[in-house]
Amino acid sequence: MYTTTYHKPKTLAEAVELYEGSEEPSYLSGGHTLIPTLKSRLAAPQHLIDVRAIPELSGIEVTTDKVIIGSATKHAVVAASKEIKAVIPALAGLAGSIGDVQVRHMGTIGGSTANNDPAADYPSAVLSLDAIVHTDRRAIPADEYFQGLYTTALEPGEILVRIEFRIPEIAGYAKFRNPASRYAMAAAFVSKHRDGHIRVAITGAGNEGVFRWTEAEERLTENLSAEALEGLAIDPSRMMGDMHAPADYRAHLVAVMTRRAVQNLGGTHIL
Amino acid sequence: MSRVTITVNGTPQTRDVEDRTLLVQFIREHLGLTGTHVGCDTTQCGACTIHLDGKAVKSCTVLAVAADGSDVTTIEGLADGSILHPMQQAFHEHHGLQCGYCTPGMIMASVDMVRRHDGVLDERTVRHELEGNICRCTGYHNIVKAVLDAAEKHRAAHAVAAE
Repeated sequence: MYTTTYHKPKTLAEAVELYEGSEEPSYLSGGHTLIPTLKSRLAAPQHLIDVRAIPELSGIEVTTDKVIIGSATKHAVVAASKEIKAVIPALAGLAGSIGDVQVRHMGTIGGSTANNDPAADYPSAVLSLDAIVHTDRRAIPADEYFQGLYTTALEPGEILVRIEFRIPEIAGYAKFRNPASRYAMAAAFVSKHRDGHIRVAITGAGNEGVFRWTEAEERLTENLSAEALEGLAIDPSRMMGDMHAPADYRAHLVAVMTRRAVQNLGGTHIL
Repeated sequence: MSRVTITVNGTPQTRDVEDRTLLVQFIREHLGLTGTHVGCDTTQCGACTIHLDGKAVKSCTVLAVAADGSDVTTIEGLADGSILHPMQQAFHEHHGLQCGYCTPGMIMASVDMVRRHDGVLDERTVRHELEGNICRCTGYHNIVKAVLDAAEKHRAAHAVAAE
């Protein structure tokens, strides 16, 4: 790791001021993507601004129709939350399926959502649950938030403060892990919202990162069952292809994971 | 440079460190506690697992400066003098190691696991929750036996304490 200067602001205003007044700054949360990246010298921010001590970024609130999670909330906390399990069991299940125990004790929902790794889990829940991403300056709907590989609507210096999920009628998640890294090679988050809308979000597979599979949403609107998806395939030209899985295999996995997510509606156990 | 104070195995330790210093470097190089190992250095193998404020984390992926004011337990902090911690004793009795390189991390992760589950564990859960710790010698078989044995003793000890 190259030399860097660490800061731990206690307010949003202080954090933004530090960012705007620094050469090559980077925000730091749980650090479970950023620190390995720094150690590999793939990034070399001169200033690391740790956002975890800012009070607005903490806490979980559950209302009659929303779950609001502070961006510095760790995966293990979401996974163990009785309040979240009661209303969106698939969201708690997803959090409990990220990485391993030690990673879940440090990694945060905000870090994962801000980084938008194409193989990360949380972006699929944010998109499928039609969440609103609240920052220090505005509210961004999920459909506008994700803009491609590692790319979001966040502007330089903008801080992700909390994520507001709509509580659906029911939701389910399923993923196929890379056997070595355990990251998703394809994963599907399926939600039926209280207004009847179905939203299917796919992560791990798309060549532009997380995306909504609208053809699957149409089929499931007619009939919310795995059988309704029989014969539905996705175009491999939309898929990533790499040493772990070529595009046509990922296209196949997307269809299988979407069917499994439908079979796992209401479940917390992620296969 | 930053001055940090981290309480390690019950003793506050103050050192001046570069901001890029990893917690595992602080433990091994600044304090000389070399029981915590570095295996992969990429957050995968778990050899560097310690307890940070009571939770198992990979100390190769935490900055020492970010742990300022925290409470850390390493493998050296488990035993009570010459009396091994029940998890260390179980690894010893079940021969839950061969080369020993992954062992400190395995034990720290296992102590955390038993505590989180209050000793209620089965083989499937133990195998699943050791996902973040890699052993290339044992095939995990005796490690799993050791964790299950220590979990059972944890339950028994707590049942006695409750009476």
